[in-house]
Amino acid sequence: MTKTLVWVEHDNASVKDATLSAVTAASQLGEVHLLVAGSGAQAVADAAAKIAGVGKVHLADNPAFANALAENVAPLIVELMGHHDVFVAPATSNGKNIAPRVAALLDVAQVSDILSVEGPKTFTRPTYAGNAIATVESSDAKLVVTVRGTAFAKAASEGGSGAVETVSSGSDAGLSSFVSAEIAKSERPELTSAKVIVSGGRALKDGPTFEQVIFPLADKLKAAVGASRAAVDAGYVPNDYQVGQTGKIVAPEVYIAVGISGAIQHLAGMKDSKTIIAINKDEDAPIFQVADLGLVADLFTAVPELTGKL
Amino acid sequence: MKILVPVKRVIDYNVKPRVKSDGTGVDLANVKMSMNPFDEIAVEEAIRLKEKGVATEIIAVSVGPQKAQETLRTALAMGADRAILVQTDDEVEPLAVAKILKAITEEETPGLVILGKQAIDDDSNQTGQMLAALLGRPQGTFASEVTVEGDSVTVKREVDGGLETVKLSLPAIVTTDLRLNEPRYASLPNIMKAKSKPLANKTPADYGVDTAPRLKTLKVSEPPVRSAGIKVADVDALVAKIKELGIA
Repeated sequence: MTKTLVWVEHDNASVKDATLSAVTAASQLGEVHLLVAGSGAQAVADAAAKIAGVGKVHLADNPAFANALAENVAPLIVELMGHHDVFVAPATSNGKNIAPRVAALLDVAQVSDILSVEGPKTFTRPTYAGNAIATVESSDAKLVVTVRGTAFAKAASEGGSGAVETVSSGSDAGLSSFVSAEIAKSERPELTSAKVIVSGGRALKDGPTFEQVIFPLADKLKAAVGASRAAVDAGYVPNDYQVGQTGKIVAPEVYIAVGISGAIQHLAGMKDSKTIIAINKDEDAPIFQVADLGLVADLFTAVPELTGKL
Repeated sequence: MKILVPVKRVIDYNVKPRVKSDGTGVDLANVKMSMNPFDEIAVEEAIRLKEKGVATEIIAVSVGPQKAQETLRTALAMGADRAILVQTDDEVEPLAVAKILKAITEEETPGLVILGKQAIDDDSNQTGQMLAALLGRPQGTFASEVTVEGDSVTVKREVDGGLETVKLSLPAIVTTDLRLNEPRYASLPNIMKAKSKPLANKTPADYGVDTAPRLKTLKVSEPPVRSAGIKVADVDALVAKIKELGIA
């Protein structure tokens, strides 16, 4: 039976949701084993063992793994791949950073950002900003894949009873070191797992205006806040708000695009949302071609009015 | 130190790709092609490091068809010093590109290799990480700030939750994200000058790399089409619809 090794995305305290979609993808390929590489991450391993369908959790606890530096964790994964067939990582920034390093060390081609599992070695994946879906079959003996979170249902985080096994190997490769992180703290839901997202574009004028217009609506709907590349480039909001081909890929129940014209690079990140609502004063904006509900209006009057009436 | 900058010729980012009706790929006949936008950022960063006196020479390299020469000329016009075209008409997967780049890196011994984080055609986001792995060197991916100091480089990276800073020992591999810089346009005199800059022609075989694909593309199809919905007349109508959705 095929054995998969799934990268557990975590912050040394809890398991991140992106892991759960990767577990679902892995379960379609074979037995699901997890890897928790971290420092002081016993609690993460215990929580990971409860994910439905998990057979085994490998816990590699070492200060060298505290910040998931690719130079340190890739050799560990390569070692564990000695007795696994498929390495599966969520397409998070860690997954995207680490998986290709593992693939090259194993001398296999990576299949990035899979949308579906079509066979033991066959997958679909998006190319050209999601404008062309390729079905690819690997000829390598071992596989390395990253998983697009929005394309797979989340495995239940409770109900499993995997065994936690400690992996003793691991060392600092001495090539890189973690200096600092500026991680935004927010009371709002995370973009990639939110049910509702309110996103703003360049039309929001500047940072303070973005906050005044978008945040109250998001708060009313208990929504996450996103942005187009134009709004991030202009400095209205930080980079982690960006939705699109090279930003975050989201598929919430409801996506509200405010003052976003709808460049293909933005659509690539949100067009799988269940319902898309667009508010834009340009009735010819491409966003209306994918929106289920459109309102042609000046956002500076329409959005506050909408917020007030909800 | 030298900087190596790999560049890829891809469909222009303003063009909407069309899938061929026989499902074998995307139609690139008579379509505008350009340098991959992330690679332009990589070239720009290398030039800025040269302007700061950190870099002494910038070598642009491309693995692709004869026409990738144009992409290399663009890099030369922006400010690269010389170029290498590793010519092949086959589609080369990231792993094989990384192997070719490894051979060139060993030959040229650059202190930094700066690559775009992904190409906007295959959207793989692999080559830089693979090159770093094959060379056993550190990688600073998705860079939004690059600072070289002595024998190390500090890279501020765009990550899911915000920004992360790592320090890498040189030589190192860096991949660029969108906000690292804004690439310059080549001036007309520089475009003329670029025509006489050296451009070496090579093949994958010169580097002993087998470019046979490991992935077989069985089919390429259009994504499910989303059709336009309705336009509502005013905010009240929108409020009613949002309430129907059960989110407010």
